[in-house]
Amino acid sequence: MTAALALLLLCLLLLSLAGLAATRHPWLPQLVRYGCAAVSAGFAGLGLAGLALEGGAPLLLPVGPPWAPLSLELDGLSAFFLVPLGLVGLAAMLYAAARETAAMPRRLVPYPLFLAGMALTVLAADGITLLLGFEAMSLASWALLAAGHVEEERREAARLYLGFALFGAACLIPAIGLMTGLAGDFSFAALRAAPPEGWRAGAVLLLVVAGAGAKAGLVPLHPWLPPAHAAAPAAGSALLSAAMTKVALYVLARLLLDLGGPAQPLWWGLPLMVLGAASAVLGGLRATQETDAKRLLACSTIEHVGLVALGLGLAAALRAADLGPLAALAAGAALFHLLAHAVFKALLFLAAGEMLHGAGARRLDGMGGLIHAMPLVGWCALAGAAAAAALPPLAGFAGEWLLFQALLAAWRVGALGFQILVMAALAAAALGAALGAAAMLRFWGLAFLGRPRTPRTLGAQEAAPLPRGVLAGLAGLAALLGLLPGPLLGLAAPALQRITGHAGLPEFTLLSVSASAPAADYAPLAVLLLLALAGLGLAALLRRLSPWPSRRAPPWDGGFTAPPAHLPFGDPATQPSAAGFAQPLHRMLGATLLAAQEDLRAAAPGDPAPARFESRFEDPAGRWLLAPLARGRDRVAAVLERLRDLGLRQFIGLALGTLVALLALLALWPSLWPSLWPSLWPSLAGAA
Amino acid sequence: MVFGQLSYDMAHLLGGGVLLLSFLLLYQRRIAAVITAFAAQGAVLALAVAWQAHAQGAPALYLTALLAGAAKAVLIPLALRRMVARLGLRREVDAPLGIGGSLIAGLALVTLAVTVVPPGAGPVAAAAREDLALALSVVLLGLLMMVTRRNAISVVIGLLSLENGLVLAAAGVRGMPLVVELSSAALVLVLAAVAGFFVLRLRDDLPGGHPPLDLSLLHRFRGERE
Repeated sequence: MTAALALLLLCLLLLSLAGLAATRHPWLPQLVRYGCAAVSAGFAGLGLAGLALEGGAPLLLPVGPPWAPLSLELDGLSAFFLVPLGLVGLAAMLYAAARETAAMPRRLVPYPLFLAGMALTVLAADGITLLLGFEAMSLASWALLAAGHVEEERREAARLYLGFALFGAACLIPAIGLMTGLAGDFSFAALRAAPPEGWRAGAVLLLVVAGAGAKAGLVPLHPWLPPAHAAAPAAGSALLSAAMTKVALYVLARLLLDLGGPAQPLWWGLPLMVLGAASAVLGGLRATQETDAKRLLACSTIEHVGLVALGLGLAAALRAADLGPLAALAAGAALFHLLAHAVFKALLFLAAGEMLHGAGARRLDGMGGLIHAMPLVGWCALAGAAAAAALPPLAGFAGEWLLFQALLAAWRVGALGFQILVMAALAAAALGAALGAAAMLRFWGLAFLGRPRTPRTLGAQEAAPLPRGVLAGLAGLAALLGLLPGPLLGLAAPALQRITGHAGLPEFTLLSVSASAPAADYAPLAVLLLLALAGLGLAALLRRLSPWPSRRAPPWDGGFTAPPAHLPFGDPATQPSAAGFAQPLHRMLGATLLAAQEDLRAAAPGDPAPARFESRFEDPAGRWLLAPLARGRDRVAAVLERLRDLGLRQFIGLALGTLVALLALLALWPSLWPSLWPSLWPSLAGAA
Repeated sequence: MVFGQLSYDMAHLLGGGVLLLSFLLLYQRRIAAVITAFAAQGAVLALAVAWQAHAQGAPALYLTALLAGAAKAVLIPLALRRMVARLGLRREVDAPLGIGGSLIAGLALVTLAVTVVPPGAGPVAAAAREDLALALSVVLLGLLMMVTRRNAISVVIGLLSLENGLVLAAAGVRGMPLVVELSSAALVLVLAAVAGFFVLRLRDDLPGGHPPLDLSLLHRFRGERE
């Protein structure tokens, strides 16, 4: 099975090579896109098969440095993460095949490389392969963002993204080095046998959370995420949000919970819990404030990634406290929510792409009433938005419900400080989930209900058959996931065992899941039946009691009347705008968390100029993280500029000084010698 | 090879001679004397390599010794001498750190080289350790010479002496293929040719009124400086 996966990786490399020649053969680009979709489908299928069958021994690849041959392995955790990767890849590449046919080759080549990088990260069986895949993923996605953009805003987004990608690499590479230590064996089996201890454990924890967290979009390291998702093409945004952040979460789970996890103290999970809860709140709040559809969805990604990270951190802490079944519950919640998020966020980003294509608008203020023009996209987006808002019985609910159950039961860890932290995290996660639901309501309501806000929106067209099929498929998948959380958790058992070190599982049956045997069950099918009964009953009752016949009226009326003849789109002021809809939360929470400000500039008496009302907000990461970083960069650059004025002798002196410093390091720690160059050392010793 | 055995002692003696001449190079003040010391180092290096050829029973190393001797003891010093004569540098003084300073810095580097060479077990490993320590010292002293000297010819000689250290290391390790040595010898010749060319070009370009071939004059020509 691993060999088949290696073949699929090879296919992706060949496809990217084929993409280079795409200008000469007009049929090649489509071949590349459909090929990527087929390979992704293969990934998803092999991932499911790997979950059911347990893959074999690691496969050593014939490439790589002599001291660390690259190796692949399909264990439970890899197989589980391969499933969302494959599903999202399939949907995104089919969508790209329908909508990006006119794209330049340099926007085509990164796709296979991006997919290959993600798959390589997930399949890696040693630290070097993991890093290689992670960096290939970073660079390919950067190429996808940066290729062919002339707008300064998008180039800025690509630069910011590259900066965070480099930061992630700068954290992960030393982290892997620290985990490996002086033994020089990078394989996961060796790393798992010797988890980091003491100061090294603390350093590994910090570096991995910073490195992989930057890629996942955990809170202080999230500023790249909204602009990057807004700048990428629709399929690219779907891959970035629904697949790449999952790969980053995989790296977190693999390095912290699986490899470094055994025998760690309680604080091992705290950074993930704190950052996850903060991400949930800030992401949800920003999602309620953004006026650009794709930025809004990107901020909602931050929220959901935060919830998953919270679940992973909670699992690590519970495992440290020896509460195996609870740890399995938290980890199961995280894994389920991650899979659900991959599906519904891919659906939402592709729907946003379809809205941009059909209605020509990305800003919510340019949409409105799209449900009439593109009904299928509207209903699919509604399914995605409802799942993202965690409405039962859709996919988003089960994972969040399990997560809250785990949080509510986590008081069993005796430490008082931890109990307080769990309560705070619970409140933050609940707030984040509620904010996310409000954001989804705002997104769907502003885009699809009400009246068209511009003439262009009125001329929107329904999607073509292929994108329609992709959207409907994803919506069906989201509903299916929501209805069958139990079997899915059962399927994820090998992955759960990897990250919790506990063979137990959350309680589940075919149709329901439960936090523990005596606790309440969640049976999605029953919920669906009850909801359907209540809805149908209400409809029947109203129809029976109502004295008037039914008539068609705007469903989301907001108090305005039909447009007069001289204003066919109605008075814009009678519909809430995107900023107007965000106003209550802007005032309630924005002032403290987002530095939100409102200015009313009334003209002086007698001046005919209009009064202006401006409201704005600023992400705290911009002020507290990016601005000091930029200042520091300028200062370092100024110092380094002085280095360029050195003379020839000073340069040679620098080389000599560096050499002497490195030799002194070796003289102080002779034990570094064998690890310095494992292939050189035996030959030296042999030659002597 | 163990201590007290003739092959080991001779290799040690000749390698030590190369190192000693490196020290000599370090504090010579006059250019002509620097060239003489370099020629002597080349000759001792050739002897050391020839002894290794004898001791290891590797006839290929004789060729290396011949090449090293011809290039470093005869050809390059002759060329440098001619250049010095043409440029009228015979009495030129290139003041390094001063005898005391140079020797102390050199000693520190040699100490570092001796401490750093990897620990090994047994007498066999000990021989390789000595070889490596000597060669590393010569390399470091060559770098130090490049840093402390101002005159272009002295800097070039520092580079060549650094390369002597590399040849010494290559000859000391058993089983190094000849190709490497041939290519390194060729590289040195090319380096010398290029260095000589640059020295001449620079002399034409640099304005008069300064001591010829003073590298600090290059400073103004590096561009992008305000």
